[in-house]
Amino acid sequence: MMNVENPLLYIALMIALLPLAGALIAGLLGKNLGRPLINTIVVSLVGISFLLSCYLFKVIVINGHPTVDDSLYTWATAGVLRFDVAFLIDRLSATMCMIVLFISLMVHIYTIGYMADDPGYMRFFSYVSLFTFSMLILVLADNFLLLFFGWEGVGLVSYLLIGFWFNRETANFGSLKAFIVNRLGDIGFLLATAAVLMFFGTLSYHDVFQQAPNAVNKMISIFPGHEVPVITAICLLLFIGAMGKSAQVPLHVWLPESMEGPTPISALIHAATMVTAGIYMVARMSPLFEYSPAALSIILVIGGTTAFFMGLVAIVQYDIKRVIAYSTISQLGYMAVALGASAYDAAIFHLITHAFFKALLFLCAGSVIIALHHEQDMRKMGGLAQYMPVTYLTFAIGALALCAIPPFSGFYSKDLIIDAVKMSNMPGAGYAYACVLAGAFITPVYTFRALFMTFHTKERVNPKLRGHVHESPWVVLVPLLLLAIPSVVSGQIMVHPMIFSHTTLLGDSIFVLPEHNVLSQLSGEYHGPNMMALEAGKTLSFWLAIAGIFTAWLFTAGVPAWSEFLKNRFKWIYAVLVRKYGFDDFNQIVFVHGTQEAGHAFYDVSDVKLIDGICVNGSGRLIRWFAQVGRLLQTGYIYHYALAMVLGIVVFLAWYVWGL
Amino acid sequence: MVSLTEYLIVAALLFGLGIAGIILNRKNIIVLLMSIELILLSVNTNFIAFSYFLNNFVGQVFVFFVLTVAASEAAIGLAILVVLYRKRKSIEVQELDALKG
Repeated sequence: MMNVENPLLYIALMIALLPLAGALIAGLLGKNLGRPLINTIVVSLVGISFLLSCYLFKVIVINGHPTVDDSLYTWATAGVLRFDVAFLIDRLSATMCMIVLFISLMVHIYTIGYMADDPGYMRFFSYVSLFTFSMLILVLADNFLLLFFGWEGVGLVSYLLIGFWFNRETANFGSLKAFIVNRLGDIGFLLATAAVLMFFGTLSYHDVFQQAPNAVNKMISIFPGHEVPVITAICLLLFIGAMGKSAQVPLHVWLPESMEGPTPISALIHAATMVTAGIYMVARMSPLFEYSPAALSIILVIGGTTAFFMGLVAIVQYDIKRVIAYSTISQLGYMAVALGASAYDAAIFHLITHAFFKALLFLCAGSVIIALHHEQDMRKMGGLAQYMPVTYLTFAIGALALCAIPPFSGFYSKDLIIDAVKMSNMPGAGYAYACVLAGAFITPVYTFRALFMTFHTKERVNPKLRGHVHESPWVVLVPLLLLAIPSVVSGQIMVHPMIFSHTTLLGDSIFVLPEHNVLSQLSGEYHGPNMMALEAGKTLSFWLAIAGIFTAWLFTAGVPAWSEFLKNRFKWIYAVLVRKYGFDDFNQIVFVHGTQEAGHAFYDVSDVKLIDGICVNGSGRLIRWFAQVGRLLQTGYIYHYALAMVLGIVVFLAWYVWGL
Repeated sequence: MVSLTEYLIVAALLFGLGIAGIILNRKNIIVLLMSIELILLSVNTNFIAFSYFLNNFVGQVFVFFVLTVAASEAAIGLAILVVLYRKRKSIEVQELDALKG
């Protein structure tokens, strides 16, 4: 049913389908066409897609073209329900498309260098392009079902890519863990979709959002005699989905494990795009979440917990990628806090800046890792700054941005989140504020600890590699430089249009109730991006960040003995952090072993004993026993049969005569 | 004058002897055949007695039928017996337990 008038829809379709075409070409024809041709084709397809998305961004966001929301194809109709493959092209999705494709393009280019000597080169390209396609569908979807398609698509590719090196056991474990934990979240999402279908009778965002204000007073009883508002139930279920995807406590356990995948993937999927899908989804559903203060409070609390406590774990990690992974979880916590405080624009703003600098950090880490021949342990690095100046510089930029040092991009977005939470009067905002403020100190501690341990301090590189460590090839460095630029400037450029201009960049894509609108309260204190950076000296978070950097220097480069002293002095805190609060142990013991034990118990009792023992073999044995007894009656002697006959007649006669 | 009851008693005795012969006999198949003849005879006796006392000759007609059947049965039975003997070199009933389960 291609009855579309608007050419923008075709452009959006092209944007989504070009990476899919790339994935198919690389996946199916890769062996025949050879590596140079394949990476040219795939990268240029993603490049074209990126250019188209820039055009879309220009038309929708800069020229202010009205929102396009149209169906491309009706997949199925069931009664009044229609399941459409329909795109919603508005300010939010156009912006997200551009960001996703930019990072994806960088990662595609980087991959050429990073995966150069890997036998799975084609497979990797195919997956990455497939991921880009799924993510774009997720972003462009205009209904819950298509969103779910993209949601599952990125989950699948994430699984495939974490387990990319499938002959490593840890990689298989990690991919399974990611898949299963994500499924848990997906149950929430699926239930939310079902609830939306049940109460609103439609899955299209537009129709649902229109009905949302009228549904505020509708109640649903989840347990008998225990009623909750429908919207709160839906929002909480949606947020469970977001918790799975965006690695919020306690469903964050898969993200550190996902670091088993190749580094470009960690940058693209597990830092910049897929893990932010949950944040994007909540922002997209803002017209629903706004009517559920309870859900927003829970988001605040969970986000705050994630932001602070997962940051702490990063301090004790030695794997450079895991440090960044925990930092990603922590930053996702910041975004969740922003969502909870109804500062959706700030959340998306942080999502964008974070996408740049976190992808940058990961790609830098990847550059270090290939330079050291796949060594990820920071204890075996150190002093690399002199060998890898470009990587060092870009990593430092990423680190500064992550630590919210003005005027780097992270400063604007994170500072806004902290201020927004401060303004918010939701229940739980106080706790979240304390968490994000403490996080502002923790973030630089772990980030700069990683920076100092990797690039400064004395060389602890494997002696065999000494003298062979050198800067990565240009295909690796170009993405680093291209990502470093937005990591520095994007905050400064975007803070005004994103947050403070009259019609914000995201405009009507985001809906905020007037009484929740914390960002508008902030605009009074805003005097342009440069002033904001200069005024950072007046804020507590800035000095916390500086203190954090100093602390990191003190304990890694300055007086390393102190960190050993602290480690021994606060042994149990250290143990708790190293064990990551026991989430993994708990899951391993309760869920993994519990499931296994339950499985064994069920196998022993119901399968072996009940089904096999009683039903299958039991019925056979019963018949056998019966036959064995029965055959004793069959003596084969005629006189026995005759006697039986006579006795039978006697019995019948007696019955007949006396009526016994 | 012999009464019906006495005839019936004789017939019942004959029948009982026939049954007892079938059940108790463990050795000889010929005895088995004879016992069957005895049972048939007791039935015949009953038929004739009732036919006489009820003045109904259908009973006597039946007796002829029974006699015919008994004769052919004896013929077939003896023929089978001969074959059986040739096959198994024995006509002991106790050994004929091919139907044993």
